[in-house]
Amino acid sequence: MGFFKKRSVDDLGEKKRDMPEGLWTKCPSCAESLYESALARNQRVCANCGHHFTQSAPERIAALCDEGSFEELDAKLDSVNALGFKGYLDKVKAYQEKTGLGEAVVTGRGNIEGQPVLLAVMDFRFLGASMGSVVGEKITRAIETATKERKPVIVFSASGGARMHEGILSLMQMAKTSGALARHSEAGLGYISVLTHPTTGGVTASYATLGDVILAEPKCMIGFAGPRVVKETTHADLPPGFQTAEFMMEHGLVDLIVQRKDMRSTLAKLIGYMSKTKVAA
Amino acid sequence: MKQVLEFEKPVLKLRDEIDELKRKQASKPSPAIAIEISKLEARLIELQKDINSNLNPWQRVQIARHTQRPFMLDYVKLICSEFVELHGDRHIGDDNAMPAGFAMWGDKRVLVVGHQKGRDTKENLLRNFGSAHPEGYRKAMRLMRLADKFQIPIVTLIDTPGAFPGIGAEERNIAEAIAYNLREMMLLKTPIIAVVIGEGGSGGALGIGIADRVLLMENAYYSVISPEGCAAILWKHREHAPEAASALKLSAQDLKQLGIIDGIVPEPLGGAHHDHLEAATNLKQAVLDALAELESLPHDQLLDQRYQKFRKFGEFTEG
Ligand SMILES: [Zn+2]
Repeated sequence: MGFFKKRSVDDLGEKKRDMPEGLWTKCPSCAESLYESALARNQRVCANCGHHFTQSAPERIAALCDEGSFEELDAKLDSVNALGFKGYLDKVKAYQEKTGLGEAVVTGRGNIEGQPVLLAVMDFRFLGASMGSVVGEKITRAIETATKERKPVIVFSASGGARMHEGILSLMQMAKTSGALARHSEAGLGYISVLTHPTTGGVTASYATLGDVILAEPKCMIGFAGPRVVKETTHADLPPGFQTAEFMMEHGLVDLIVQRKDMRSTLAKLIGYMSKTKVAA
Repeated sequence: MKQVLEFEKPVLKLRDEIDELKRKQASKPSPAIAIEISKLEARLIELQKDINSNLNPWQRVQIARHTQRPFMLDYVKLICSEFVELHGDRHIGDDNAMPAGFAMWGDKRVLVVGHQKGRDTKENLLRNFGSAHPEGYRKAMRLMRLADKFQIPIVTLIDTPGAFPGIGAEERNIAEAIAYNLREMMLLKTPIIAVVIGEGGSGGALGIGIADRVLLMENAYYSVISPEGCAAILWKHREHAPEAASALKLSAQDLKQLGIIDGIVPEPLGGAHHDHLEAATNLKQAVLDALAELESLPHDQLLDQRYQKFRKFGEFTEG
């Protein structure tokens, strides 16, 4: 399971995120210099070309949920070093301090335009949003809660793949989360998966591609293997746009590409169709 | 050409010596040679036992990848009195890296599906080194559904370095093909036994690995990433694969201790490549034992146990 190369983080101008507000961030797509504060107000989308920068989980949740409706679950779940991997917990701790998050996913109950959902949002800043036991457990619990409370579930994915430091335990999170989705689906409930930049590896090969509806942010990278691995394996030139959201829509994986500004209203519309109680407005 | 592992060289040298003496004995028998032969044979067993009990994880990975190791279809041939191979995913094509079909496993009707590797260039071209495309995973699911329909137990034999990371595989959504199997295998109302017979490479292995019993052959491995891949990321060089193999806890013993697998299928001394028939006999019995435990379970109990089995995986603290 390829760990996503750090290349994309630099592409996103991630390094500049630590600068004080008021400074410029250069758009990697159109090279326009953007005010940090303006970028934050615009949900981290370039006002000039529409480039979608990495959005943190808290920023995303704030933009999606009705004000004051989000109630975080399982915030206290913390990683342990089950395999005794050298330096693993130091690494986790460093990312906790850097991001202010406990782990690479935030889960909870929330309302989107008045409709209650279970929401899980991965945050690529946290160790490349790799999936270890905590990520798998939090997502599984969110799905199980949704099944119990008969609610739809929405997962925003972004991930470098499985978390190597947890070895086979991280691989098994793919099975665990997919199993929870099997039961949720059997109960006749809806699941919307939203793919954001980049969604790769074990996350793509489990819950991210199991949505009843699969949405994607524009131009986000979606794949199982990283492009470098594909190139090295096949010794072939990659087709133009390979593994972008647009390419994956063309190849039948993605239902719809949705701009960040339209995400909330699109989700609200779709949830309406999945609730069996939709009435004409 | 026979593949020779570095740490097995003393064994092969001793074997050559014994063979040489046996030839001498055949042409010109003498009691002294007979004594020498039995002495060397005893030493050979001691040597193999010694090597076997000191194998490190990286050496086991090498045994798991040995080209003379029995592959999926070797086991099917040795174990099953009948095998009706069924082809194709009904959409794109057939994947020869993932053969599947009905078979008689002892006196049991089963569906067998697994990864098949090749021993030479020609075979590997056909089998794609045991790396399946989306078509393989979708064929597997089609046939597992067929097994479910007729209440036939499923045996999956896992032996892959990983799902194929190619352009076509990505274009045809290999990740979705695997994910779909993970979800749907949870719901199949028939017993499933998964055995990692060689390489349990990541998502490509798990894609046919959701089961009521998960077993590993003694020298097989099961891992989220190859030791080389892990070494390249963490140590910045593939040369550190031996350290990575230890750190990943990918051997049968480690996985049993972690509670990930239900049992270990013993291999002949030195590894399955030394004696295909013995390895097959052990595998046959292990699967029959597992089936016997599962056959009488009501469906809802079977599915509930399967769910709980995977549900419990993961280590964390809470508050
Ligand atoms: Zn721009």
